[in-house]
Amino acid sequence: MEHVLKIENLCFTYHTLQGETEVLKDISFTLKEGEFVAVIGPSGCGKSTLFSLIANLYQPTSGSIVVRRQNEGFTSPIGYMLQKDYLLEWRSIYDNTLLGLEINHLLGESSIQRVEELLKLYGLWEFRNKKPSQLSGGMKQRAALIRTLALNPDLLLLDEPFSALDYQTRITVSSDICNLIRGTNKTVLLITHDLSEAISLADRILVFSNRPAHIIRDFQVHLTRSDDTILASRNAPEFKEYFHMLWEDLNDVRD
Amino acid sequence: MMSEIRNQNQTKEQSKEQTEFLQKHRAYHRKIAFFRGSILCVFLALWQIAVLTNQIDPFFFSSPIELILKAKDFFTDKAFWMHTGITTYETILSFLIVSLISFAFGFVLWRYEFISKVLEPYFVILNSIPKSALAPLLIVWLGTGSTTIIVCGLSVAVFGSIVNFYYAFKECEQGKIILIKTLGGNDMQCFRKVVFPSAIPLLFSASKVNVGLSLVGVIIGEFLAGRRGLGYLIIYGSQVFLLSQVIFCILILCLIAFILYRVLQFIEHKTIAKMGVAGDRSI
Repeated sequence: MEHVLKIENLCFTYHTLQGETEVLKDISFTLKEGEFVAVIGPSGCGKSTLFSLIANLYQPTSGSIVVRRQNEGFTSPIGYMLQKDYLLEWRSIYDNTLLGLEINHLLGESSIQRVEELLKLYGLWEFRNKKPSQLSGGMKQRAALIRTLALNPDLLLLDEPFSALDYQTRITVSSDICNLIRGTNKTVLLITHDLSEAISLADRILVFSNRPAHIIRDFQVHLTRSDDTILASRNAPEFKEYFHMLWEDLNDVRD
Repeated sequence: MMSEIRNQNQTKEQSKEQTEFLQKHRAYHRKIAFFRGSILCVFLALWQIAVLTNQIDPFFFSSPIELILKAKDFFTDKAFWMHTGITTYETILSFLIVSLISFAFGFVLWRYEFISKVLEPYFVILNSIPKSALAPLLIVWLGTGSTTIIVCGLSVAVFGSIVNFYYAFKECEQGKIILIKTLGGNDMQCFRKVVFPSAIPLLFSASKVNVGLSLVGVIIGEFLAGRRGLGYLIIYGSQVFLLSQVIFCILILCLIAFILYRVLQFIEHKTIAKMGVAGDRSI
């Protein structure tokens, strides 16, 4: 099967007048269709830079990034969700979610209908005419996700999308959103600082080292859980072991 | 789901404390209006008293009562309306041209950082020239018509305004620009979808300054080149010692500046209300 994303020997260095900084060093990994992969690592190690490279905002210094293109004519097979929601405060929630379609001149009956279904599914339909400032953080985050999903990308890049939320909302919203995404068979790459979040949400975890970042561990997560809820994941017997392992990994790279 | 939405308590019956708060708020604004008005009244009264008690010579300083009597003559005089109209027209025209030029240049400077770096010192220097020094040149180049006066009007505002518009565009949050790029947008779409809308409040503040500066420029132009307009009336009045006329024209200038400012403020409030951005910028 063709990979949704194939990264080979990726290096990235950025230059300032003060000198050059090697951010990513020899990163290689692939993502299969439908995989949900979390990326963890010390802060400032270059995880967000990796996303910017995948999203083609920067050019790699060396190495290659191949993103599968399925739907021809589509501008981007990637949906990138940033840390902040960046909802435009002068647009209604409805108009905000249509922004991507508008930019790509894809405002058609079927695409609008899809967004409207997402709004209903995510419980935002009654709030579609509100301005972002009138909504809670969790709702804004969901609106931002709909905006990303409106373009129907194969690969979703989520850069700490829940970090702005308070702890409790964060847990509910993240599991909500992840269950919704799983239902769509999309491939997801999620950056997070929260080890529990990574273990409970992802099928596979990539651990990055300090700068210059390389992958120090890449493993599948298997949790024995009674049901799909977030608590079941966190109560799984393997949870503690994974947590311990990741904790050690991150402690090692910090020293 | 309802618990998640904020600001839901407007429909509830007003509490006693809320009523008190609103009353206090209104009383505060009445107080501001009262003192504003008082300053003007006290000033006019002192002026009139000074004239009546021969502290100052009404020939040079006129007096409120004389101005009111004069006002009747002026307001029935067609020529006066013509002069006022011309000054207003020239000011509005030069303001509109300033806005247009600033928008175009501001956009180019925002879009091409290289050009903005190259041109920056030129704008700073051009902006610091006393613009009245340009007026004699403009007369030589463009003659003594309406064009000279409008160009003079815009020369006062335009350089500073370009820089202000440029900074207003640059002020846009970088994350919003990245958002548009991740959604597949180009630079032009970044500008239309986020840079311009976020710049609107700053563009309005710049415009409110510009409209005043345009009026200053137009009056300078009329002093030197005009055969019509309030600037011409002022110069003419001072040469023939009709000082009441001079003072009266200056008062009319204040009024024009005030009205233009208010019109802009009105449009600003309408625009911001339409955009739904909470901008509590009332004076």
